Amino acid sequence: MTPDVRSRDAVSVNFDQVVKFWGEGAVISYLAELEAQSIHILREAVAQAENPVMLYSIGKDSTVMLHLARKAFFPAPLPFPLLHVDTTWKFKEMIAFRDKVADEADIRLIVHTNPECVSQSINPFDHGSSLHTDMWKTQGLKQALDAGEFDLAFGGARRDEEKSRAKERVFSFRTMKHVWDPKNQRPELWNLYNARHARGESIRVFPLSNWTELDVWQYIMIEDIPVVPLYFARQRPVIERHGMTIMVDDERLKLLPGEVIEEKMVRFRTLGCYPLTGAVESEATDLAAIIEEMFVSRSSERQGRLIDHDQAGSMEKKKSEGYF
Amino acid sequence: MKRLSTVKEESSSPFIKSQQEKVLLRIVVCGSVDDGKSTMIGRLLFDSKQIFDDQLEALERDSVRHGTQGESIDFALLTDGLIAEREQGITIDVAYRFFATEKRTFIVADVPGHEQYTRNMVTGASTADLAVIIIDARKGVLTQTRRHSLLVDLLGIKRVVVAINKIDLVNYQHDVFESITSEYLKYASDLHFDEIHFVPICALTGENLIFPSANMDWYRGPSLIEIAENIPTQSNDQDLPFRMSVQAVNRPNSDFRGYMGLVSSGKIAIGDAIQILPSERESRVKGFSDFDGPRTSAVAGESVCLLLEDEVDVSRGDLLSSVSNSASLTDQFEAHLVWFGESPMIPHRSYVLKIGSREVSAQINRLKYRLDVDSNKHLEATSLQMNDIGIVNISTTSVIAFDAYDVNRDNGAFILIDRATNLTVGAGMIRHGLRRYENVRWQSLAIGREQRASLTDQKSFVLWLTGLSGSGKSTIANQIEQIFHQNGLLTYVLDGDNIRQGLNADLGFSESDRAENIRRTAEVSKLFVDAGVITLVSFISPFADERKLARDIVGTGDFFEVFVDAPLDVVEARDVKGLYAKARAGLIPNFTGIDSPYEVPTHPDLRVDTSGASIEECVKMVLRSLHDKGLIESRMYK
Repeated sequence: MTPDVRSRDAVSVNFDQVVKFWGEGAVISYLAELEAQSIHILREAVAQAENPVMLYSIGKDSTVMLHLARKAFFPAPLPFPLLHVDTTWKFKEMIAFRDKVADEADIRLIVHTNPECVSQSINPFDHGSSLHTDMWKTQGLKQALDAGEFDLAFGGARRDEEKSRAKERVFSFRTMKHVWDPKNQRPELWNLYNARHARGESIRVFPLSNWTELDVWQYIMIEDIPVVPLYFARQRPVIERHGMTIMVDDERLKLLPGEVIEEKMVRFRTLGCYPLTGAVESEATDLAAIIEEMFVSRSSERQGRLIDHDQAGSMEKKKSEGYF
Repeated sequence: MKRLSTVKEESSSPFIKSQQEKVLLRIVVCGSVDDGKSTMIGRLLFDSKQIFDDQLEALERDSVRHGTQGESIDFALLTDGLIAEREQGITIDVAYRFFATEKRTFIVADVPGHEQYTRNMVTGASTADLAVIIIDARKGVLTQTRRHSLLVDLLGIKRVVVAINKIDLVNYQHDVFESITSEYLKYASDLHFDEIHFVPICALTGENLIFPSANMDWYRGPSLIEIAENIPTQSNDQDLPFRMSVQAVNRPNSDFRGYMGLVSSGKIAIGDAIQILPSERESRVKGFSDFDGPRTSAVAGESVCLLLEDEVDVSRGDLLSSVSNSASLTDQFEAHLVWFGESPMIPHRSYVLKIGSREVSAQINRLKYRLDVDSNKHLEATSLQMNDIGIVNISTTSVIAFDAYDVNRDNGAFILIDRATNLTVGAGMIRHGLRRYENVRWQSLAIGREQRASLTDQKSFVLWLTGLSGSGKSTIANQIEQIFHQNGLLTYVLDGDNIRQGLNADLGFSESDRAENIRRTAEVSKLFVDAGVITLVSFISPFADERKLARDIVGTGDFFEVFVDAPLDVVEARDVKGLYAKARAGLIPNFTGIDSPYEVPTHPDLRVDTSGASIEECVKMVLRSLHDKGLIESRMYK
């Protein structure tokens, strides 16, 4: 018998009558196992931290991570605040979604914008994606972590996203200067996580390390978790620039000669600063369609991120400098 | 009610149903340098369509630049992610990769074959259900093959696939496959595998990875993936007795106490009797608190918040265990220890041991032997270097609850953490306890420290003076004791030289003996403090680890560390006891400052410089800061 791994293309997905629940007994499915492992990681991190915080980027991964945290500490409220490093260049719909989340009773949200960026009007058009990302996100994040004296920060990164992420530990040590040294990582065995650190040093914890993009979407669907509407296809005003489809989210995006705004049916697989985030043409207007689309997709989610493609090994460099 | 955890009810969507039934299998892939591990994994991802077009484009670009396959795609570059790896063409760290077939989802740990990175190999193997060991058909069973197989065995993996790669380069010859198979089986007869599968593969072309090969009529067995799809998962064993390590207590208000943890083995349901270890108290499960609604039971692999019927004392680090088949208690055990630290393992040094969610102080009492992973022989050893494996006896300062590693993996595994650097320096697997812990509880006495203190009207504490020989520690201690004595305080000085003539007369000056010297002294100081006596300790105490240990033993609130500083040339010029001259002449080995290091305290409570200030000034400084910390009254230094 030939095992047919390729046949996932051929799987016909019928979500019309999804039955969402599962009795007790029997086998633990892989999604349940991923959930249980993530909850274990969240609890282990909080138990070992003095002052934890959760990096909240508003995207689907942060959303799942927040949902898992609520499960982990139920019925107690979340034992840490959320931190959003705002670049002022996020999609408007992201900020609206964030503010709605912040209104929920159990949420304490800290929003940080790098004041140097504000005073120097750092933007992706004049300063390039590299400098923009470094100043707003990497430096902004370090400022916020220092200001809050946080010794442990949760991040929603997954190992399947990018090659250097594939090698990062679940509990990842950072020096006083927030530096990651990929060659000097602590061995991480079994379920035993070492979060010990000296004053001023910190630990970044990635509860979704072992999740894939597909796992995240399936989980969102099964658990019925609200996400930013930008993930769903809709007619949106876009332009083509540098081979990417960029949404015109506000008037700060100035058209270059030859560029025209078109209404297109697009969605986003990943969310960030709108001028740096590429849309994909899609008809997927609901979760079932998104998941179905993933089975036939031929490009990775990070393709829509300009910052990954700047230079070879670019993500590893950013991370060792303190980027999440 | 919805619950993600278990699969039973029929779902009407075949897709969702198939996803719900999918089980996770963890695989570790290991082999020697150039055997083709990364290529194999890259190929698996490619053939299972986990590689997207943009990644493929990047891969094609990279293949031309860094690749070893000419103009063809170098699949190894898919997993060799770090810049240094691409430059050197080797895999230096564990990479985790994910793919799925119709039957299962897989997490693959790609671990390096380089000897100096054995720690990563052990890391990748620690959670695996299945090990794939790659052998180059042209080279056969190598030292590295034996090393990796032994580690896989040591880490308790019971099922192994031996993938004989590059079979195309030996013209698909059956007898090559057969001779490697029999050589490996001969070697593996000393190991403890339940199943060994042999598959001839060509990672580059993907033959027998997922699809069968047309070039090997003589092989009728399953492909590598077929084997992986059908192997039982090893983790989350529900047939073992119930175990759950308590991660934290959930206490949103005074009426609610839930115990949070991951059920590591067995099952648990409302009404079940449980035992709390190490206290050995018992209770019953009253219920579960669950975000997803009421639940009545849980199985291995699930994270829960559990409520008990009785108000018993349970805290982080305790183990909840079935009553009928309870975990063992001990404070001394024998274990396999894999050493990761850059500095060697030192017997008697105090490390932090983490087992489950419990952290205790531990020391290695005895290194019985070192295991030679190439020959599987036992060798005499006095210390373990990085990547060495030893059989050791370990003792802990408080009792732990455990199972033997080969019976219950999660409850027999531990890591050792260095106190000063916080690095994970070792990983261990418990073989058996060395004595049954009899619950020797601390005798609580009617008269305690407070009662004693009320008689003397003084606060007891430890003044720990560290510094080079001749720096002035004893002189300062001596003067301070006189001042205290004149003020009617009860004091005692523990002097390094004096203690070594009595209590510690059996100890020498090796790192391990120095560690024990400090441990005993700290324990004695703790007793003195409990007795109400101000204790002045004048010890060189050169290692940061041991000073930290002393602080931990005494308790940080009762511990005041003074770094008596003076440059080496100054103390050597003083040479009050003539020791430096002797050490320089080679008459005293391991002399601190000469041929043994002094680790300068980075955060002492106080530093005094006896080369820049007089002894009287230094004494005043010490007294003033003791007063600032609320330990003595101001009249002492006025």
